[in-house]
Amino acid sequence: MATKVRETPMLDELTKGPWPSFVREIKKSAEDGKEAANDLLGVLERSYHEKIGHWKHGGIVGVMGYGGGVIGRYNDLPEEFPHVAHFHTLRVNQPSGWFYTSDILRKICDIWDKHGSGITNFHGSTGDMVLLGCRTEALEPVFAELTELGFDLGGSGSDMRTPSCCCGKARCEWACYDTMNACYDITMHFQDELHRPAFPYKYKFKFAGCGNDCVASIARSDCAVIGTWKDDIQIDQAAVAEYAKGGGIDIQKHVVERCPAGCMSFDGSKLEINNDDCMKCMHCINALPKALAPGKERGATILIGAKAPIIGGALLSSVFVPFLEMEPPYEDLKELTEAIWDLWGEHGKNRERVGEFIQRIGLGNFLEQIGLEPTPEMVVHPRTNPYIFFELDEEE
Amino acid sequence: MSASVEDVANAMYEMVKEYHGKKNLKALDLTKAMIQKFGEDQVDKKLCKQAIRQLIDSGKCTYSYVGGSYIVLPPES
Repeated sequence: MATKVRETPMLDELTKGPWPSFVREIKKSAEDGKEAANDLLGVLERSYHEKIGHWKHGGIVGVMGYGGGVIGRYNDLPEEFPHVAHFHTLRVNQPSGWFYTSDILRKICDIWDKHGSGITNFHGSTGDMVLLGCRTEALEPVFAELTELGFDLGGSGSDMRTPSCCCGKARCEWACYDTMNACYDITMHFQDELHRPAFPYKYKFKFAGCGNDCVASIARSDCAVIGTWKDDIQIDQAAVAEYAKGGGIDIQKHVVERCPAGCMSFDGSKLEINNDDCMKCMHCINALPKALAPGKERGATILIGAKAPIIGGALLSSVFVPFLEMEPPYEDLKELTEAIWDLWGEHGKNRERVGEFIQRIGLGNFLEQIGLEPTPEMVVHPRTNPYIFFELDEEE
Repeated sequence: MSASVEDVANAMYEMVKEYHGKKNLKALDLTKAMIQKFGEDQVDKKLCKQAIRQLIDSGKCTYSYVGGSYIVLPPES
């Protein structure tokens, strides 16, 4: 006989809008007889009343040989909520570009229904599939069955987190390099760093095929690899004229005047671009997709140092390599990464992200140590402090 | 390099045992200590990485998460 679903008057408020509700979904699961879902509702309702969380995080929990992929969670009210006394999270390395067959999704869900709470989160902000809630003794069987399906755990703790990428050339004509291949290659090359935490803190890779940055790499990854091009934007003037004639878009107002570099002009039929000033922002290409396309000399810009606000405030990443050819086996990216990890690993403080480390020691010192020459593209804005003095040899 | 992976893994294990309950050690703490103990001509980071892998795969040590990731003795020890 099914257990009675807990009364949750406060949580029920979150089911009243027209939008999807996590409470509604967990309730459905509880109504289907999932005891963990029922206890999860109970503990959450209690937290909403008390304004106190009841989860303990971390500890010694994982699968044999790995230091990442499992996030230990225990409830501090195990007698009251026995089915969520252990409620560990598994991060599962997603396929590049998040492509699945419906068959494989069913199999993953079957594994999780069998061993865990049945509750999932597709996907976590790093990109992994997130399987929410199982007991410690279920971890190895879940891992074994996922491995048999061809999946592996992702990263957690002080390691390289699961790299993620946009769908790239699989579905997008703007992709300036093969994001899915680069993501897969880096994931496989750095397996040790993914599964065996050895850094001061987490390190995230995200691969975006163009400046539209659909994976928000510039804000969410320690290393953002954003597709770009070196030569001129490709223009089909006949298609520009078609847009002008069609009247669906005001090219002057919505394209030329919105160019952040102010590098475009339009005389009513012909669009001119001063490519030397172009910032590769993608606005004009997005607005006139049939007329404009990225140039033919394509690669990526490497940016370092973004993070979301957890310990310190949020940081956006900064340009480190303005243009890198992104061809397998991506040796330059791997070398740069290893140089960064060596320096940050040696001198980074515990729980200090690489962006914070760069701020602490100074960009100049960081570049010198990893062996990169400073370039104008690394400068975010002109200096505002006039009290900066240069060494005599630097002036010379 | 003349120190073996096994020698370094054993030395790391002794260190983890010594610090058990007193201080959590990160992979990098162990690596730095081993390079100091054996000398740079005997041990490098790559060898330490292999030693940590052996230590973990053998079950003598495990990873824990307390804000950051540490290498510790398994619970039953």
